[in-house]
Amino acid sequence: MRLSIYRYDPDKDAKPYMREYDVPLEPTDQMLLDALVRVKTLDDSIAFRRSCREGVCGSDAMNINGKNGLACITKIADLKEPVVLRPLPGLPVIRDLIVDMTQFFKQYHSIKPYLINETPPPEGERLQTPEEREELNGLYECILCACCSTSCPSFWWNPDKFVGPAGLLQAYRFIADSRDQATSERLDDLEDPYRLFRCHSIMNCVDVCPKGLNPTRAIGKIKEIMLKRTV
Amino acid sequence: MVAKRIVVGAHYGLRDWMMQRVTGAIVAVYTVFLLAVLVMQPTLDFITWRSVFTHTWMRVPTFVCLLAIYFHAWVGVRDVLMDYVKHTTLRLCLMVIVVVALVAYTVWTVQILWSL
Amino acid sequence: MAFAVRKFDAVIVGAGGSGMRAALQLAEADLKVAVLSKVFPTRSHTVAAQGGVAASLGNNGEDNWHWHMFDTVKGSDYLGDQDAIEFMCRKANEVVYELEHYGMPFDRTPEGRIYQRPFGGQTRNYGEGPVARSCAAADRTGHAMLHALYQRNVRARAHFFVEWMALDLIRNAEGDVVGVTAMEMETGEVVIFHAKAVLFATGGAGRIFSASTNAFINTGDGLGITARAGIPLEDMEFWQFHPTGVAGAGVLITEGVRGEGGYLLNKNGERFMERYAPTVKDLASRDVVSRAMATEIKEGRGAGKDGEYILLKLDHLGADVINKRLPGIREIALKFANVDCAKDPIPVVPTVHYQMGGIPTNYHGQVVVPKDGNMETIVPGLYAVGECACVSVHGANRLGTNSLLDLLVFGKSAGEQVIRDLNADPGLKDLPPDAGEFTRARLARLDDQTNGESVSQVGADMRRTLQLHCGVFRFPDLLVEGVAKIKEIAARAVHTEIKDKSKVFNTARIEALELENLIEVARSTMVCAEARKESRGAHDRSDFPDRDDKNWMRHSLWYKEGDRLEYRPVKLKPLTVAPFEPKARVY
Ligand SMILES: Cc1cc2nc3c(=O)[nH]c(=O)nc-3n(C[C@H](O)[C@H](O)[C@H](O)COP(=O)(O)OP(=O)(O)OC[C@H]3O[C@@H](n4cnc5c(N)ncnc54)[C@H](O)[C@@H]3O)c2cc1C
Ligand code: SF4
Ligand code: SF4
Ligand code: FES
Repeated sequence: MRLSIYRYDPDKDAKPYMREYDVPLEPTDQMLLDALVRVKTLDDSIAFRRSCREGVCGSDAMNINGKNGLACITKIADLKEPVVLRPLPGLPVIRDLIVDMTQFFKQYHSIKPYLINETPPPEGERLQTPEEREELNGLYECILCACCSTSCPSFWWNPDKFVGPAGLLQAYRFIADSRDQATSERLDDLEDPYRLFRCHSIMNCVDVCPKGLNPTRAIGKIKEIMLKRTV
Repeated sequence: MVAKRIVVGAHYGLRDWMMQRVTGAIVAVYTVFLLAVLVMQPTLDFITWRSVFTHTWMRVPTFVCLLAIYFHAWVGVRDVLMDYVKHTTLRLCLMVIVVVALVAYTVWTVQILWSL
Repeated sequence: MAFAVRKFDAVIVGAGGSGMRAALQLAEADLKVAVLSKVFPTRSHTVAAQGGVAASLGNNGEDNWHWHMFDTVKGSDYLGDQDAIEFMCRKANEVVYELEHYGMPFDRTPEGRIYQRPFGGQTRNYGEGPVARSCAAADRTGHAMLHALYQRNVRARAHFFVEWMALDLIRNAEGDVVGVTAMEMETGEVVIFHAKAVLFATGGAGRIFSASTNAFINTGDGLGITARAGIPLEDMEFWQFHPTGVAGAGVLITEGVRGEGGYLLNKNGERFMERYAPTVKDLASRDVVSRAMATEIKEGRGAGKDGEYILLKLDHLGADVINKRLPGIREIALKFANVDCAKDPIPVVPTVHYQMGGIPTNYHGQVVVPKDGNMETIVPGLYAVGECACVSVHGANRLGTNSLLDLLVFGKSAGEQVIRDLNADPGLKDLPPDAGEFTRARLARLDDQTNGESVSQVGADMRRTLQLHCGVFRFPDLLVEGVAKIKEIAARAVHTEIKDKSKVFNTARIEALELENLIEVARSTMVCAEARKESRGAHDRSDFPDRDDKNWMRHSLWYKEGDRLEYRPVKLKPLTVAPFEPKARVY
């Protein structure tokens, strides 16, 4: 299998370059991550993150043939060769396929990603109907892989100010939770030309989410709720 | 290194976003209206075109529509400036230029419409 | 060159479910805590847990902690310590409710309560029939739990050191633990974390086998580090084989599938578990089901071209139930087995999943070792929780969904114990003069090595050895051979060479260091397995097919130094209730 991989080690390279690899695969190598692990046995200097190898941890997001995705659930058979691998766009590269996610997580943290409910908790669970719980489907499953935010032009231009699709999806996850009491504060915080309204519904985020989530829809819902409380 | 503080919370995003939708709708409605008016005219030459705009029922909607376009343009251009012009003073200057231009257009629009 | 020193009240190594539960306890007590993790916290392997977390809430039918305790003791094949098991089962409801209050999106019953499903080995009224005890968020319970815990920690302002890898323990002359060395992966810089308490929560080490449901990062670092520091590892021969790993890929299919009504078939379409466990059938405990499957395959009734796997049928549940309760499973089956499980059965094989053994602790999370005749002398300053610890609540076989519970209960109790200990003795003990020297030497060796073997080669040999010599069924000759082989591989592992010498995010160096930890785990596993002359729980020997309560109701303790073994009796006395006496185990 032929791969062309973005290489850059600030310790020794003056600037990034693309390097071609030809790897013989074993029959068990089904996913792109298997191929990368195979490449690493030939050249141990190639750096990428990985952990769960089943698409639940969000470690191995990268730009695969021009589109962001997770290497561990991208089938080799579905890829056009040579497969061109680059780090996620829009974030600073630390080394090879590893990007600095600080900005991404900062935006996630900025939306107060935790349940806020100041009433004393009951002895048992806080009740929630199955219908209310259903509202969280399509939101809580986010694995914070950053495929979406790093494919969003608005995030490229304003990574410091625009929350980005991943953060906004989580903002809505808490707004939508019947147990959360801070909806007004959450809306206040997003009522800003940069934080929320940089989104121009370009939908790149929906297109790449490996978990099939829909940040654009969540963003639309936030706007809708904001509108409702204004008029 | 101390991380740069980002100050947010300008509290006007929703208003502008709503304005984009409302002005968009106005332009769409006006377009339909204008087409209907033109279709109802017996002939379509410069004379009829001109005379249509002498009626108040035509002038007011036209004015409202152009106004909507200016507001729409303001938000759109400002968004672009926010994305690409990172220097605050420069951005403010450009924004002022855009505002001045749009106000000038408005005055000009009144002049043209009511001088026909 | 001396390493930089940073001072903390406590250092937690690991930000999975257990580490973060402990961190929360300490952060909310306003202690100065550093939480180290090799990966961003929500990428820890707890995220992969699917089926649920056990607690006898009784939301779907009557239940109580006595039944839960009985099932856990029986499931452990009577090797679990009954004091710790009682402690865990009694605390279960409390910690699960807390988790719900943190925002965990549990599925709900029509009454709005936490949804519970049946799981293997969990029974009503001391074994009468299945009970719904696993609190679930679809088939993404671990994901939902890990994120909820992380979120709560963000709120409590816990201090995370993300992508820092702990390397070695620092003990003073008295043997007290006073800190750890750790490397920032992004820069390669090593720092000494000087602390009053060090808590390990580094998770499992399933990566010692070739086929495993575990993540790449599950390399048993906490175990390797403690073993190198002269502390024994407990019950390392007990490895759980999960009955349903996707054939070939190893990715897990939750037992929740069978909890929701799925079942196993051999190539003749026979529901063979009816023969092996007439009462609870497919919901027998994991060691029993895995052995049944391995037997079917061995006797030529496996499905597939070479009769190499078993079929897991769930299409009869209907697409609606599958989409609602098992959406992740449908995704995994499509991706990794190329089948739509709403139409066709999934090919599965028993796959290594969970390590019952680990760093020996009591139920307060304190690490305990034999010393001067006392089998449970506390090592001051050292704590361990989660999969890397052996409390031992899981004994010779863990019940499904008891692990997530273990993380919560013991994460919390260890956190509380650290607070108590810090209040009693607030002083920071001095670092020994040679602190960090061991780490420096190890790193220097790796950097200077020439003509060494590649990490991937040695790693592959280790995994193959364990897979072949220490599987579902174990044979005396293979065990003896395996011990010799693994010792030889361990000798090679300290001469590995990496080509990449960069300081920046050097994953080759990280993998080499991980291998040194894996090797300790692999070695302890082989040695303990060879030594235990009986069959109990997950440890099944052809030459000693029966459980031997007279000689083997005891925990193995393996020391790295000379591969020495010691044994500690099982604690049969619970805290308040009458003991459960060992009985033959039928399901
Ligand atoms: C696929 C799968 C499904 C499962 N499903 C269930 C289930 O449904 N119910 C159930 O009860 N159990 C289940 N289990 C078992 C359970 O998930 C695990 O036992 C449990 O999550 C382990 O949690 P932990 O906190 O001990 O460790 P982990 O979650 O593995 O976390 C380990 C942490 O330690 C860190 N770490 C490791 N080494 C170092 C180092 N050297 N330096 C710094 N940090 C380090 C890692 O970065 C990570 O943060 C499942 C296991 C698997 C593999
Ligand atoms: S829809 Fe919004 S968030 Fe998504 S890519 Fe487009 S601009 Fe970004
Ligand atoms: S929304 Fe999807 S793409 Fe974005 S971070 Fe979450 S899982 Fe990744
Ligand atoms: S390795 Fe976890 S998502 Fe790919």
